[in-house]
Amino acid sequence: MERFEQEIIVGNLHGLHARPAAIFVQIANKFDSSVKIEKDSEVVDGKSIIAVLSLGVSKGTRIRLIIEGNDAEEAGRELKKFLESNNG
Amino acid sequence: MVKLKGIAASGGIAVGKVYYLGGDEFCILKKRISYEEISREIYRLEEALIATRKEIVNLQKKISDELGFLEAKIFEAHLLVLEDRVLIEDVIQQIKKRVNVEYAFSQSIKKYIDILTNIDDNYLKERAADIKDIGKRVLRKLLKKDFPQIHELKEKVVVVAHDLSPADTASLPKDKIIGFVTDIGGSTSHTAILARNLSIPAVVGTEVATQHIKGGELVVVDGFEGVVVVNPTERTIKVYQKKSAQIRRTIKVTFAPKTLKPQTIDGKRLVISANIEFPEELPLVEHFGAEGVGLYRTEYIFVGKTHLPSEEEQFKAYYNVARKIKPNPVIIRTIDIGGDKFLSRPEVPQEFTPFLGWRAIRFCLARPEIFKSQLRAILRASTEKNIKIMFPMISGIEELRKAKIILQECKEALKKEGKSFDEDISVGVMIEVPSAALTADILAKECDFFSIGTNDLIQYALAVDRANEKVAYLYEPAHPAVLRLIRDVISIAHRNNIWVGMCGEMAGEAMFAFLLLGMGLDEFSIPPPRVPKIKRLISKVKFSDAQKTVDAVIKLSTPKEVEKHLQNILREILKDDFYTIIGR
Repeated sequence: MERFEQEIIVGNLHGLHARPAAIFVQIANKFDSSVKIEKDSEVVDGKSIIAVLSLGVSKGTRIRLIIEGNDAEEAGRELKKFLESNNG
Repeated sequence: MVKLKGIAASGGIAVGKVYYLGGDEFCILKKRISYEEISREIYRLEEALIATRKEIVNLQKKISDELGFLEAKIFEAHLLVLEDRVLIEDVIQQIKKRVNVEYAFSQSIKKYIDILTNIDDNYLKERAADIKDIGKRVLRKLLKKDFPQIHELKEKVVVVAHDLSPADTASLPKDKIIGFVTDIGGSTSHTAILARNLSIPAVVGTEVATQHIKGGELVVVDGFEGVVVVNPTERTIKVYQKKSAQIRRTIKVTFAPKTLKPQTIDGKRLVISANIEFPEELPLVEHFGAEGVGLYRTEYIFVGKTHLPSEEEQFKAYYNVARKIKPNPVIIRTIDIGGDKFLSRPEVPQEFTPFLGWRAIRFCLARPEIFKSQLRAILRASTEKNIKIMFPMISGIEELRKAKIILQECKEALKKEGKSFDEDISVGVMIEVPSAALTADILAKECDFFSIGTNDLIQYALAVDRANEKVAYLYEPAHPAVLRLIRDVISIAHRNNIWVGMCGEMAGEAMFAFLLLGMGLDEFSIPPPRVPKIKRLISKVKFSDAQKTVDAVIKLSTPKEVEKHLQNILREILKDDFYTIIGR
């Protein structure tokens, strides 16, 4: 089993709100691995739109991405790329 | 048996079963279920989620076709909510604790809405509205089995709701309804106006009706007294049936014959026309003896729909009305979207003060493609030469000029296409914003007629939101400020050789109609059932007396003094007819 854990500074223009959150959840759901987001010691399910939205992640926020499962490496790479991009 | 008191909004008595129309708030009861029922409830949850998903995908497709792919993207978050693991798991956990699915689901949704609304961020607050919307859709699916859809009902019903939005009423089958009861609203609320137009008894502003009524009960609606009786006894029903028959007899006597001309004893001839909205109301215009339509509201074609109506769809609607009302005139008001009437959500943002916001002519000028489709449809329907156009919410001459330029463009385009229309179509301005009333002399020079919209004019002039129960008491048609505005608008119009009508509720109140007659109002456009009463009033009074009354009333300082004076004068003039004509 693979594990991906990394701290990321969110670069999306609107943080993880509205559409970016929807896209993040869609990407996360493509993979078998579990996806968790940690912010200020609060951990939520990254495959749930409601959970991601309720975390209230704005641009420049530092979050920790914790991914576990068969395809954790690939999932981590793709999600990290999305979070750090500026085109959400 | 429970007796509830509200505001008598539309006369008549109805006895029938309740159809409870849940708006934003559903009535959801917490029920304890047995262990055996747990799997069935989870199955019902899945079914409702799948059905809602289908609904959203269809909606998304429609919006994508009408407004473009990007607009439809809005629903992506909706779909993700439906599949949301955290939400679904939360609901299932509750069901496993032996709670019914409706309750469990509404609790979970509520929890997440609260979390999102409490985060200080506008984006997230909007997402909360999405989740609320999804929640409503799913709950509607879950509750469908308990409440049949109104279209499927075989018997006629009394519609009970906390409040009815114009979008709600637009989608109701009017021929299935024998009464209305609402928690909020006053005698000028949308429901009240609709009920009066359809001659359906209505009691509004009961405050507590939906706490006592859940759907399916037998109720009596007394629209004369403003009383609702829930689960009446046999005896009570009999009492009301007797009262209903009695009143019907007296009303017949007071009704003026259809052929009676609205002419005063001293020979002043007026025009009494009808306010209509839905095609179902068309037969009422002739039935009650109105001379044409003084206000044809067109919003119903636009609201409560997920797509914009095509020019062709609109043309058919307008032409149908013009043809049926011919040779009398039809004044079509261009769409008054905004205020309390909205298109589907992606089109128009919710505003804090919608009545002061992006609505009516402002909306039309900002969205010329929507405005043009309506103007083209109206022009094409004008071949019978009995249609007039009226622009709502004009606040200054520039808006009128802009609207007329767009109208001119539509005329030229139609000419090029070889389509026929009435080239001399009359253009009128609704006087409902105080700034328009105060600059009536400027507006009068560039239009063919005025129509005073008192419902809005009063609320703007007095700064009173008539839908707000706490300040509704300040909504006074007899306020000296309102009377002065109306008097001045009428005399300015006449000085500029144009005619003036009124299409507000005020013109249909016999007491005020007398005063308006004295001010020189030319046309009274009122709910069809009011026509016989106003005609009868006009035929019993002298124009010269009404003029004298205006001079006296305009000097009074409070609405109460005005109403008292009017009542005294009319009691003297009408004698025995006073109660039948002045009473509601």
